[in-house]
Amino acid sequence: MRSPNGPGQLLPGFRLSLGCAVVYLSLLVLLPLSGLVFKASQLSLAAFWEIASGERALASYRVTFGASLLAASINTVFGLIVAWVLVRYSFPGKRVIDALVDLPFALPTAVAGITLATLYAGNGWIGRYLEPLGFKIAFAPPGIVVALTFIGLPFVVRTLQPVIEDIEPEVEEAAASLGASRLQTFVRVLWPGLLPALLTGFTLAFSRSIGEYGSVIFIAGNMPLISEITPLLIISKLEQYDVVGATALAVVMLFISFLMLFVVNGLQWWAATRHGARAADGGLR
Amino acid sequence: MSAAAGRRATTEPTWLRHVLLAVGLGFLFFFLLLPLLAVFAEAFAAGGRAYLEALQDRDARSAIALTLLVALLVLPLNIGFGVAAAWAIAKFEFRGKSLLITLIDLPFAVSPVVVGLVFLLIFGAQGLFGPWLAANDIKVVFALPAIVLVTMFITLPFVARELIPLMQAQGKEEEEAAISLGATGWQMFRRVTLPNIRWGLLYGVILANARAMGEFGAVSVVSGHIRGETNTLPLHVEILYNEYNAVGAFASASVLALLALVTLVAKTVVEWRMRREMRMLSSAPAAENAAP
Repeated sequence: MRSPNGPGQLLPGFRLSLGCAVVYLSLLVLLPLSGLVFKASQLSLAAFWEIASGERALASYRVTFGASLLAASINTVFGLIVAWVLVRYSFPGKRVIDALVDLPFALPTAVAGITLATLYAGNGWIGRYLEPLGFKIAFAPPGIVVALTFIGLPFVVRTLQPVIEDIEPEVEEAAASLGASRLQTFVRVLWPGLLPALLTGFTLAFSRSIGEYGSVIFIAGNMPLISEITPLLIISKLEQYDVVGATALAVVMLFISFLMLFVVNGLQWWAATRHGARAADGGLR
Repeated sequence: MSAAAGRRATTEPTWLRHVLLAVGLGFLFFFLLLPLLAVFAEAFAAGGRAYLEALQDRDARSAIALTLLVALLVLPLNIGFGVAAAWAIAKFEFRGKSLLITLIDLPFAVSPVVVGLVFLLIFGAQGLFGPWLAANDIKVVFALPAIVLVTMFITLPFVARELIPLMQAQGKEEEEAAISLGATGWQMFRRVTLPNIRWGLLYGVILANARAMGEFGAVSVVSGHIRGETNTLPLHVEILYNEYNAVGAFASASVLALLALVTLVAKTVVEWRMRREMRMLSSAPAAENAAP
């Protein structure tokens, strides 16, 4: 049978579907993003550097990266425990709790922001117990970490869950019957298998946190140099009609986005080949 | 003895299990359940009547209407893109495929604020098309078109990302059979492809819808915050909150939280259906052979 798509191609619609997808993606994503880079390229390198490395900009990178790193680390530790508990243990209400883990994906960030700010404020449900102890969370840098922890919570749990589910019981049994303690089994046998997923989840949570705006601005206090995140600095430059300054910072953030996308792809490739290698290994035996 | 030792080394000791359960569930309690409860507690802090009045406010209602309108305009376009992209990627081989998959993921990686700025630079007063748009009296920025555009950008990956692995797993034998039996492309799509992908499609639409209705950062940059005109529900929440109208802010927030809960329930049900269909799929050939 002859097909307009060339020999050996039975199914229709290749050119149409690919054409539509590429045109849509180009018009909506690629051209607008290159517009941003083009606008920034009208700046001289020195001028760009002066904006991108200004005092307020540098402070905002410190706040954004520091808080994101801390929040992603918290999520890695607790995400591992939550994923483990959800896969391995049984307890009442488990399915509801499992479904609730995705709440940060479904809850609009502005709602998360005002709610966390209210909870951790000095008169809030949590803040009223922490503030007398000297912990000021809301309207201070720790508030940013709280908001970003909420936003990044599902990433580590959801990347780890399928991996823990796929661990074959034989592996643990073999380790146990060879005399390994539970700790040894975990560290030597289970941990290497979990590591790629753990790193992927960490990176996903981290890269989401860097760009996050809605949930942070309500709880951060937004003091320049202290608790001002880079996306907010972009907004305040825009509000002062400093489009050039906003563009320069946006290009910095876009570059970081590309970098993170690259890292995530690399990690997923690593996890896949590692998984594949282990599967092939198992097949040989 | 060896059985006991085996059990000891394949599960954690009882005390450790209790500690892990307490830590894990405690973390979820403080970071998920408490915020969720707080939204509704704050919304009803001044009683049910104040809550209902806040929602009947004219600006609140126009914000809800705008939010629904934006989702209604954005979703069909992104469904079309998702199906087209997944069809090309899952059923055909071509150069640059993995680049295309990566580019589809790109909107997830870009900060919402940057997305808003990008469209401001193109359509804003000082932007690329700004003077031309102004001369022809077309409003894009600080109006509905820009809100729709940034929401399209933000939610672009959802449907495609669900459909690509699903359609790859399903292969192309069924569609090829339909075509060899003389079906037209449209018949094949409607009778074979669509029934196969409907749950995955629905799953992607549920996620995209939640994000479309809840997007804040990108919309906030391009909307201009004009009350009763370009305020979506999340922006309305922000305005009331900044005016210290806690009940009003949390009343609107509770509508969005309810939407999030509905999303989680719908998502869970669809996941359950998909898993069941997968199981049926893997046992189907045997059943078909057994039938007379």
